[in-house]
Amino acid sequence: MSTINQIQDEIIEEFEILGGDMESTIFYIMELGNKLPDMNDADKIEDNIIKGCQSKVWLTTNLDNEHLKFNADSNTEITKGLISLLIRVLNGQKLDDIINADLYFIDKIGMKRVIGSQRSNGFSAMIKQMKMYALAYKGQKELRENS
Amino acid sequence: MEDTSTLILDIDKIRKDFPVLHQQVNGKPLIYFDNAASTQKPSSVISVIKSYYENDNANIHRGIHTLAERATEAFEASRKTVRDFLGAAYEEEIIFTKGTTESINLVASSYGRNFLDPGDEIMISAMEHHANIVPWQMLCEEKGLKLRVINVTEEGEIDLADFEQQLNPRTKIVSLVHVSNTLGTINPIKHIIDASKKQGAVTLIDGAQAVSHLEIDVQELGCDFYVFSAHKIYGPTGAGVLYGRKELLEKMPPYQGGGEMIDEVSFEKTTYNELPYKFEAGTPNIADVIAMKTAIDYINKLGKKNIAAYEDELLKYATEKVSKLDKVTIIGKAKNKVSVLSFVVAGMHHFDIGLMMDARGLAVRTGHHCTQPLMKHFGLEGTARASFAFYNTKEEIDVFVDSLTKITQLAK
Ligand SMILES: Cc1ncc(COP(=O)(O)O)c(C=O)c1O
Repeated sequence: MSTINQIQDEIIEEFEILGGDMESTIFYIMELGNKLPDMNDADKIEDNIIKGCQSKVWLTTNLDNEHLKFNADSNTEITKGLISLLIRVLNGQKLDDIINADLYFIDKIGMKRVIGSQRSNGFSAMIKQMKMYALAYKGQKELRENS
Repeated sequence: MEDTSTLILDIDKIRKDFPVLHQQVNGKPLIYFDNAASTQKPSSVISVIKSYYENDNANIHRGIHTLAERATEAFEASRKTVRDFLGAAYEEEIIFTKGTTESINLVASSYGRNFLDPGDEIMISAMEHHANIVPWQMLCEEKGLKLRVINVTEEGEIDLADFEQQLNPRTKIVSLVHVSNTLGTINPIKHIIDASKKQGAVTLIDGAQAVSHLEIDVQELGCDFYVFSAHKIYGPTGAGVLYGRKELLEKMPPYQGGGEMIDEVSFEKTTYNELPYKFEAGTPNIADVIAMKTAIDYINKLGKKNIAAYEDELLKYATEKVSKLDKVTIIGKAKNKVSVLSFVVAGMHHFDIGLMMDARGLAVRTGHHCTQPLMKHFGLEGTARASFAFYNTKEEIDVFVDSLTKITQLAK
């Protein structure tokens, strides 16, 4: 599979076609959100909500060998689109790669401007939560290996 | 059809008075439809603030030097203008505050704490802004009072039958919004004030959304208190007004202690200054109070009747177009409305609507608009709201409708 940086570069290229037009960028992100499969209602519980986001975001994970899989949903389409990009970049990657990922694509596709200051907190909360999961799984694994 | 109101108001010329309107947002010309949250300021208001600090800055009511005289005179001139603006009988009935929120808190604290007894009742409506809910809740908790809430109909109007049914001899304060910031509804406050007075209740009208659209005459209305914020009438933030009937203000104790509000201070006993200074402790927001006058002068020059006629036309135009759109529901269908258009789109979160409109340079408000109980009443988490001012145009509404059309096409 492609590396985190290869996928980031792909995304950057895709967004370049939109020529920096904010309306087209937003519409494109919404389409991406539309395409992300809905989460089971059973998983949309308080425990899976990421705190610090303006809109509701649910995130679940499961570990497949060394590779971490993400599932996420949101009650707003744009947020869902943004998460779908994060998932595309980080899904199935190795724990260490997720923990150390430098997510430069966000800036490059003008997403900083899209998410704005009121929302960027929520966005960093999403990234932080994804990395936290990777760290937690790694900790568990090390515990198991050392005992 | 001939567009008579635009003949009276020269919108192109008016727009030139508002520097902020002439900019691009996200590569598109800014369309500012968030006037219910705060209105933009004409150059005259901006330059008065600048000029005050450049030429006249001094503390008021305290010095005899020339600058102090000038500042005091300008400050008091503003009081006179506000008196005329509200049709109050006396200048000392005008108290300067930070805004609507502080004005309501002042009344809740100074009147509410001292003239209400446990078991007494306060009545508000289901369409109040949090600023006209929370201060009363706090007071009720403190004093053991009962808060009654008048129902709102599906159209977004006050349920008058419910009001009359709930009004009773224990009702001591009726505090009501003149115009709803979320729905645009103009409430029949004259009727409510009359009925409340008959029961011996004191009335407070939250005029935050009303003063920029409607002509106000507090004497004709007969209310005891009327409150508003300068920033919603093309004036600066941080300045507002409490109008209170003199007889009531005189018997109310001060709200805060400090300078300005005293007559004589000794450690044994302090006597308070007369109205209105009794309620204006500390150095006030002098520059912004002075600029409030400039904002009112601006409105008066355009004429409230002309403003209302033009804004009505904008509302009708927008309502007609938006009503035709699939998946869009207008929230607030009162017969009497100001130029506020709240709506929801089926299958689309208001947050997404706000972002997509912003991408088009359109500033609309999304969320609960500080009226969470009202949202709950309608079973909504929030709405998107476009609110129009006299500097907006039908061409801008066309862009808005175009953007909204695209949004509905994206909705699931
Ligand atoms: C109806 C109403 N009441 C009260 C307020 C509070 O005004 P301020 O924040 O200026 O004190 C607002 C402002 O949004 C309002 O619309």
